[in-house]
Amino acid sequence: MGLKETVSNPYSAWMRDGASDGDVVVSSRIRLARALADYPFPHRLTPEAAEEIVHAVELAVKDRRLAEAVGGLELSRAAELSSLERQILVEKHLASPAFFQGPAEGRAIGLSDDESVSIMVNEEDHLRIQVLAPGLQLEQALEKANVVDDALERTLDYAYSESIGYLTACPTNVGTGLRASLMLHLPGLAITGQVRQVLATIGKLGLTVRGLYGEGTEAAGNLFQISNQITLGRAEEEIVQNLVAVCRQIIDQERAARRLLHQERPEIVEDRVWRAYGILRYARLLNSREAIQYLSDVRLGIDLGIIKDVSPSMAWTLMVLTRPAFILKYGGELSPHQRDVLRAGLVRETLAKKKKK
Amino acid sequence: MLCEKCKQRPATFHYTEIVNNNKKEMHLCEVCAQEEQVGHIHFHFNPSLNLSSFLAGMIGPGPQSGNKVMPHEARCPRCGLTAGELGQTGLFGCSGCYREFEPQLGTLLRRVHGALRHTGKVPGRGQKKSRVLRDIEQLKAELQDAIAREEYEKAAVFRDRIRELEAGLDRGGGDGGA
Repeated sequence: MGLKETVSNPYSAWMRDGASDGDVVVSSRIRLARALADYPFPHRLTPEAAEEIVHAVELAVKDRRLAEAVGGLELSRAAELSSLERQILVEKHLASPAFFQGPAEGRAIGLSDDESVSIMVNEEDHLRIQVLAPGLQLEQALEKANVVDDALERTLDYAYSESIGYLTACPTNVGTGLRASLMLHLPGLAITGQVRQVLATIGKLGLTVRGLYGEGTEAAGNLFQISNQITLGRAEEEIVQNLVAVCRQIIDQERAARRLLHQERPEIVEDRVWRAYGILRYARLLNSREAIQYLSDVRLGIDLGIIKDVSPSMAWTLMVLTRPAFILKYGGELSPHQRDVLRAGLVRETLAKKKKK
Repeated sequence: MLCEKCKQRPATFHYTEIVNNNKKEMHLCEVCAQEEQVGHIHFHFNPSLNLSSFLAGMIGPGPQSGNKVMPHEARCPRCGLTAGELGQTGLFGCSGCYREFEPQLGTLLRRVHGALRHTGKVPGRGQKKSRVLRDIEQLKAELQDAIAREEYEKAAVFRDRIRELEAGLDRGGGDGGA
């Protein structure tokens, strides 16, 4: 397995079923920003120096203990990836959209076999270590990120100040360099019209809310990414615990909203769920926005026990599968209309296959 | 059923809002639903305010007294970033900039993080190296002083010593923790 497998399979290990609090928490993500002491930050690097860094990281990821902790980690240069492969990595949350903007030279991405660990080299900072885990597993993800961080640090010289911690290109990341995020699926709060109110409160607690694909993206499919804003003056564990504590309350509210909806207005919820399922199961034309919204409704139906023969992870796999890059991968150059035809077909087939089992 | 709002297009969005046990139903067409932002939640939580412009505004001199206002052409001796460029992008050029632009840093960090000191993880190798790093920091300060005084020969000595220490760190660090 390697990058080729990653870009041809819409399923990622972090989507697996049965993760703790998986009915509301889609995934946990830890990101550590690290800079190397001896180089200017990436936006001021010469191409030669950027290449030196890629090479140094290439050596560093061969660390024996790193391999033991995360399995093999393969480094690919951004310039060697097709634009399609790049887009798929973004859609699978393994690289940031910003990573592939601007020149690809001097940038590289390391991926572990199970796609739980990715390392972006020369994004905004020299290193962006990312760990993804299914459900609510932020502490475990932090632990794993620390293992990777420690392993890299054995050969790479980090820029660190005793007073303000890890130094980063942007002062908003300085200190721990840690961005901890939870991806929450909040259809209950969205349907009952409480989502904006709940999420507006979050800003007052030093947290931010973003859409599905990070900064500046919209909240499609009732998916919201909640992260810490402050990186300095709090220890990593404290940042993670604070985020989890706040999200616990959102999780409880989401579950209460779903229960209330299902008890008080079962016909409305069931209608919504089965309509969505019906459309996905039989539609002949499906655009990506529709797909993500109906998949959100279907997933709600699965979690409420309304739909019983579709696995929860199926909804997320289909969400990745129906994003523009995967459709492009399956169909090549297509008109928007042809893409919608292909998308509808892929969803129909996947759901039909599931039925027979 | 026609859309309640425009009364022209067919209502395809049927939306129920339950707030404190008061139920409110809406039947809207897709266009009006988009406008009302119901059904799909399409609004942005992060309005596309430019982070760098925010930061740039904060990097300016703070309200507290004692902070020197740095001239736009003040420059990081290591990477060449000027205070003016820092103000434009909100990004530092290298780790040395944190020292060079320190007068502005306090205000910025307090505004962004509400804190000035790191209390989290310490790199493993950092402890062993900390003395050497401190020496380097000090030499760098002396180097800058020398440059400021235009004593370039002295500066060259400091620079060579810094390079020597840094090279020593690289050699000594390869087998760290093994």
